[in-house]
Amino acid sequence: MLAVAAERVWKYFGDYPALRGATLHTKRGACLALLGRNGAGKTTLLRILAGLSRPTKGEITLLGQSAGSHESRRRVGYLGHGIGVYDDLSATENLVLFGQLLGVNEPAKAAAAALELVGLTRVKDGLAREFSRGMRQRLAVARAFLHEPELLLLDEPFTSLDDRAIAVLQTLLAGALRRGATIVMSTHQIREAMELATDVALLERGQIVYSGPQTAEMLADPGWLYRTYGDKGAGDRSARS
Amino acid sequence: MTRGLIAALAIARKDLRTELRTKESLNASASFALVILVLFSFAFDLGREEIYAISGGMLWLVWSFAGALIVNRSFARELPNDCLDVLVASPAPAWAVFLGKAIAAFFLLILVEAISLLPFGLFYNIAWYDSAGSLLVVMALTTWGITVVGAAFSAVTVNVRLRELMLPVLLYPILIPLLIAAMGVTTGLFSGDAVPGSAAASLRLLAGFDVMYTALALYLIEYVLVG
Repeated sequence: MLAVAAERVWKYFGDYPALRGATLHTKRGACLALLGRNGAGKTTLLRILAGLSRPTKGEITLLGQSAGSHESRRRVGYLGHGIGVYDDLSATENLVLFGQLLGVNEPAKAAAAALELVGLTRVKDGLAREFSRGMRQRLAVARAFLHEPELLLLDEPFTSLDDRAIAVLQTLLAGALRRGATIVMSTHQIREAMELATDVALLERGQIVYSGPQTAEMLADPGWLYRTYGDKGAGDRSARS
Repeated sequence: MTRGLIAALAIARKDLRTELRTKESLNASASFALVILVLFSFAFDLGREEIYAISGGMLWLVWSFAGALIVNRSFARELPNDCLDVLVASPAPAWAVFLGKAIAAFFLLILVEAISLLPFGLFYNIAWYDSAGSLLVVMALTTWGITVVGAAFSAVTVNVRLRELMLPVLLYPILIPLLIAAMGVTTGLFSGDAVPGSAAASLRLLAGFDVMYTALALYLIEYVLVG
């Protein structure tokens, strides 16, 4: 059973094709590290999966539902580049609001549990604008996990996180995988991603050039995938053949 | 549907709470309305009848400009920390996000209008409270029209760099029929010479405008928010 099925997805911004027929299949319960250099199309693909943008061409289903449908949004958690919390609301107010929007049964209770999980109970009534950067990031992580989503879409989740926030995020991701959730995360921090990833996909200029299970070579050498399947690798392969 | 309404109310509560804490647009809008009303009262030396003749027009021009300051922030409020992405990615339907924003803007503009009625009565010597009930109906219908169209264009222009300039350019041409009707009815209420048939037609126009643009905005907002 597939958690993500993206078939020949194209996305144009004006005349520029950010995605050029990208095809991606992810099994349920997998943790997919979506790799690629800047401008490869990772964020565009994740935004389309999250229902924030429409593909120009192609079809996408998430957990058997059309991407962007009410049902798929209810089962998906999204953590983008921005932290997605309101500076002028307290930590609790932020999470209760998102709990209500996400259809959580007891938003106040879920908010309290989530704050406990990320270590922000002590400052639950403080405004987010008064938090340090690390605390705000932990609040964002709590927000993304609030409704225990079946599919997590994370856009460079480790970028600019402090050590504590990285530890919190890795613990939550490991917990999500244990309960059978699927994770798709784009990242440049290959080492952190490889600790959790079961599958890897490499996006190059809007196309998926590799998609498959994580291998020993990837763990041993983070640059191996780029060298083997990236532009240079493709050049080498064609030269060899 | 019920989930959508719950989400809309949650978003409206959030917008009102953050606005009452920061007073970003409330202060600007209320100050603008008060200053313009006071300045106009000193700028022209008008007779009693002339004041009544322009009262409705002046009031709605001031309130519609004050309204632009409020609706401008409707969706722009979601830009810091990419909160708009989180709202759009949530299961709350796009129409609920929009409805919540329009409801919050409606109450904020009604508050500004209520605040400015007191100095309006004092400086222009108009006993608006004699027709307070009817005035409230006109205010509610017209303010909803301003905020629903304003919130829709706030969503359209949210990612435009010059959105503060773009919004009024888009907003006011659409509001012309609404404002003309509101000005006529309000002037009639203050001067006490409202023609019942004409006032009823204007109220029907206000209500029709509200229904039409609310339905249109609720239907189209998903195409605006999801690029």
